[in-house]
Amino acid sequence: MSQTIPQQPIEYNMKVVRQFTVMTIIWGIVGMALGVLIAAQLVWPELNFNTPWLTYSRLRPLHTNAVIFAFGTSALFATSYYVVQKTCRTRLFSDKLAAFTFWGWQAVILSAVITLPLGITSTKEYAELEWPIDILIAVTWIAYAIVFFGTLAIRKTSHIYVANWFYGGFIVVIAMLHIVNSMAVPVSFMKSYSMYSGAVDAMIQWWYGHNAVGFLLTAGFLGMMYYFVPKQAERPVYSYRLSVVHFWALISLYIWAGPHHLHYTALPDWTQSLGMVMSVILFVPSWGGMINGIMTLSGAWHKLRTDPILRFLIVSLSFYGMSTFEGPMMAIKSVNALSHYTDWTVGHVHSGALGWVAMITIGSMYYLVPRLFNQKQLHSIKLVNVHFWLHTIGVVFYIVSMWISGVMQGLMWRATNADGTLTYSFVESVQASYPFWAGRFVGGVFIVVGMLIMAYNCYQTIQAGRRETAAGNVVQTA
Amino acid sequence: MGFGEWHGIWTIIILVLFLAIVGWSFFSRRAKKQFDEAANSIFEEDKASSVKESDKPESKKDE
Repeated sequence: MSQTIPQQPIEYNMKVVRQFTVMTIIWGIVGMALGVLIAAQLVWPELNFNTPWLTYSRLRPLHTNAVIFAFGTSALFATSYYVVQKTCRTRLFSDKLAAFTFWGWQAVILSAVITLPLGITSTKEYAELEWPIDILIAVTWIAYAIVFFGTLAIRKTSHIYVANWFYGGFIVVIAMLHIVNSMAVPVSFMKSYSMYSGAVDAMIQWWYGHNAVGFLLTAGFLGMMYYFVPKQAERPVYSYRLSVVHFWALISLYIWAGPHHLHYTALPDWTQSLGMVMSVILFVPSWGGMINGIMTLSGAWHKLRTDPILRFLIVSLSFYGMSTFEGPMMAIKSVNALSHYTDWTVGHVHSGALGWVAMITIGSMYYLVPRLFNQKQLHSIKLVNVHFWLHTIGVVFYIVSMWISGVMQGLMWRATNADGTLTYSFVESVQASYPFWAGRFVGGVFIVVGMLIMAYNCYQTIQAGRRETAAGNVVQTA
Repeated sequence: MGFGEWHGIWTIIILVLFLAIVGWSFFSRRAKKQFDEAANSIFEEDKASSVKESDKPESKKDE
């Protein structure tokens, strides 16, 4: 080894990691429960209780913001701060700035919780928050970048471990996407208009939107994968070379894929075709990452039988592989003609979000919680297993319901009679979708129950850690 | 040079850089050694603490 190993343990900043870890679990429950509520509203519309701020239109953006920016991004903050310290063997660059990112980010989420139900929105999907909140996001994010890259700069190791490359790529690109897409002209304290107009506005929005998927929901979580999968499996990553190659391939290709959200719109046709081709090529680096993660277990497959945490991590990669096969396929224009605007898209997003993002996060949180709170292991591994099965069954229920209803909707909308008139009215396709929307609701309930079990299990672990610390029995695990 | 030409040249530069990275990662002996070290480095952290070093795998070939 070329690195020098210090004699005494390094004083890591684990406080901010603990804070983000706890908030990840809490926001996960909130965001997913909101999803279940709006899924139920599609089946039983009276569940909005005739209250404007409980309507589907206002709660749906709150659900997406809560799961992506509150749950997912808190998990990325927690794990990136943990991984960058551990792999660089040094304390975070600045404790104060790290604390600022925690409170700044929670303030962003809290403002979303207040403004979105009030109907205050810029109407850009996944970028609904109005300009004052956008500024707070930008400031917090720049502080995040300073803490992360500052820590890399003061590292005690010669090499920057690959997980940090993915986290770094995610942090830089999200800053760029957020600042460019949020450019707007404010007309009052809570109302602004986008700086862009027409097809340019649409292209900027989906350049943002798809790269939020590519860099936040993919690159960031691949960073998580490259640390926690080898750690939990107790084996080095299958191919470090592959991780380097697929990192650069992913980074240089993802940025082009946005136009596939705008097939058959006012966007120039060549742009649509370019977006389609780039999305199809993207399949290759995506599967590079998936294979690299799963093959890390090669020779140690038996661990899956006994370790439900590892099962979460590895099954998340199967869902990642599945959705990154489905995505390029749906980006093909002729497939998109059937799938676009239907529930198929919703199913695809959730196989990525609940299968890949949520499962890799849950696995990583189960790894972190005992180590952060002075415990050798979780309160109950059995409950992790129960959570695993509830979550997996819930996700499969959800995806399969959406596949069936999506393909059905696509076929019903395009069906024509011999004289060229439409065979079905839109309302008939809505009516035919009800059983599948009920199926999705059931899947969602499974997932939220699993999350509640996780919260209980982690709470018990944290309490046990507190009791031991109070008794003066400090175990160095973090 | 026009906007379009510059974008074309830029794309080619990026492609060549990518191929150079692929070539380096496959054919450089030094890279291979660094990669093996890096891949195993996450098992070396916290030497002084309670992480069990005895049951960590030495390399990925020990199947």
